[in-house]
Amino acid sequence: MHSIFTVDLLAALVAGGVLAGMPLLLAALGETISEQAGVLNIGLEGMMLLGAYAGFVAAEVSGSSWLGFLAAAATGLVLSSLVALLCVYMGQNQIVVGIGVLLSMEGLTSLLHAVQYGETYERLSKVHEVSLPLLDRLPVLGPSLFSQPAIVYLTLLLAVLVSVVLWRTRWGLYARAAGSRPAALDAAGVNVARVRTCAVLCTGLLAGLGGGYLSIVSAGVFVPFMTQGGGFIAIVIAMLGRGRPTWVVLGAFLFGISMSFSTALQLAGIGLPTDVVQMLPFIVVILALIVFARRAILPAALATPFVRGGQSQV
Amino acid sequence: MGRAALPVAMAVAAGAVLLLALGRDPVAFGGAILRNGLTTAVGLEQTIIRMAPLLLMGTGFIVAFQAGLWNIGGDGQFLMAAALVGGLGPPLVASLPVWAAWVVLCGIGCLAGAAWTLVPAFLKAWYGMNEIITSLMMAMIGINLANVLIKGPFLSEKTTVPQTDVVAWVDRLPYLPGTRIHVGIVVAVVVLLLVHLMQTRTAYGLRLRVLGVNRRAALHAGLPVKRDIMTAFALSGGLIGLAAAVEVLGVWGYVRADWNPAFGITLFALVFLAELNVLATIPLVFFFAVVSIGGHAAALQTRLPSDFLLLLIGLVLLFMVLTRWLRSRRRASGTGLALPPSGEAS
Repeated sequence: MHSIFTVDLLAALVAGGVLAGMPLLLAALGETISEQAGVLNIGLEGMMLLGAYAGFVAAEVSGSSWLGFLAAAATGLVLSSLVALLCVYMGQNQIVVGIGVLLSMEGLTSLLHAVQYGETYERLSKVHEVSLPLLDRLPVLGPSLFSQPAIVYLTLLLAVLVSVVLWRTRWGLYARAAGSRPAALDAAGVNVARVRTCAVLCTGLLAGLGGGYLSIVSAGVFVPFMTQGGGFIAIVIAMLGRGRPTWVVLGAFLFGISMSFSTALQLAGIGLPTDVVQMLPFIVVILALIVFARRAILPAALATPFVRGGQSQV
Repeated sequence: MGRAALPVAMAVAAGAVLLLALGRDPVAFGGAILRNGLTTAVGLEQTIIRMAPLLLMGTGFIVAFQAGLWNIGGDGQFLMAAALVGGLGPPLVASLPVWAAWVVLCGIGCLAGAAWTLVPAFLKAWYGMNEIITSLMMAMIGINLANVLIKGPFLSEKTTVPQTDVVAWVDRLPYLPGTRIHVGIVVAVVVLLLVHLMQTRTAYGLRLRVLGVNRRAALHAGLPVKRDIMTAFALSGGLIGLAAAVEVLGVWGYVRADWNPAFGITLFALVFLAELNVLATIPLVFFFAVVSIGGHAAALQTRLPSDFLLLLIGLVLLFMVLTRWLRSRRRASGTGLALPPSGEAS
């Protein structure tokens, strides 16, 4: 058994974890913001898919991965403004809207892809990697961990930014209040709808970017349904992270590593079935929830529309 | 039902415009859907066969949703039940009288589906933990565990494809006289009517409704909230498991690894559209079955991906939300609360 955890395996595991964890991290960061503000985005996966498609098309046409990321984030933003309109301003059921967004984006991206790329198989060239000086010379993990596309470093900066904004700024306080005591925030003279809208827009931007990472960096190509449930995993990560971006980062890498674990095990010559590996993190989390079950891990007013002067339920 | 017509019409119109914009012929596409799913005998039979699991699963979702329990993990419950029925089906059919085997297998399906709701229901009832996330995680486990079962203990040695052994044609659910439609549709309609009676005519049904509209009120009224959450969740999962048993025993006879019809998400759309009324799901499920059976053939014929239908269903939901908002504005004060609140007052 001692030979399993070789240097190669460890390096492959970490590299795979970063590759698979990045889109989860971006989407989960976005979901964290809107969940804290009281809006549950079940349609997160739809935003990722649209971002993945738009990002791929833009990168393919322009030849620039940065324009691809820009398009991915922008389309996610546009889609989330629809969610904000329906869920925040019209106060409609967030689960219904989320599933509507998810289904229509699955259908739309698949349709557009078939019409546009049905006969050709375009593929993006590999995204240029940036090595951090000195750190990339570290033994074992250095080369795989500190030689990444620039968007990876940007994403980690975004995680820090989200943390600062949520917990160290006035707007962050408003956002968290919009999620736990919207009526109190309203009484304090702050426009709850506006705060929640901003939060939802941030989610769309980050989820779209996460989708763009998936098509531009991870795969180099757009495939219908390529998110493969990643949006839902991101929702789980965000909920478990309880608004703490540090936990969200850890969670995203844990899931990313477990997703790349089966590949790494194959490199080491161990045939643990993919199915087992893929459900392991969920089993761990469920067990943890059963053992450490406690109340209120989520904002009290999550998924509850806020109506000014309406009956407050929270 | 009348309320569902407008969003459906709007979505169809939007889909047609999109097809036109992409240079395809929407009339030909629509015609092909109807031809393949409705107006030919084979198509109509396929449509009715497809309705059986959809109705059962939809009823299962409604039982939970009406009690304010967002059981999002239906696909995991469905696949766990399907894997067990597919794996245990061939030996049971061989050792028991065939009708007894059907009953036992349907029971196994129900139990498997119900068992898969225990953890989310327990965490919800005792710790108030959000069931959306827990049932979703159980679904991810169930989808993978079903594969582990099929590729492990239930793996057939008779084929090279990873799947369970096959229940022979003669041992599958019998056809309705004069058709090639298995009795699953009758089972589904009977169960659906029973659930409707439960919801409208029994104290238990009323309790679940109260639970859905306002859990705190239910608690203060001294209702057995914890027990009701557990049973409603189990009933929901049980019906979903029954849907899987009927589909496996009636249509396939076996379960292949990585098989996942993923009825869950599209059914959410239908039960929302039916405003959680089980009777209203019948015409909507029929409409959806026509579109999904006919749509696959039509997509092949017109060289479009059948996933286009997902776009239509998603648009129906979004337009439904829009029309509902417009109506509530016109009525000004009347909320006409048709769905339990998606969030919860803790």
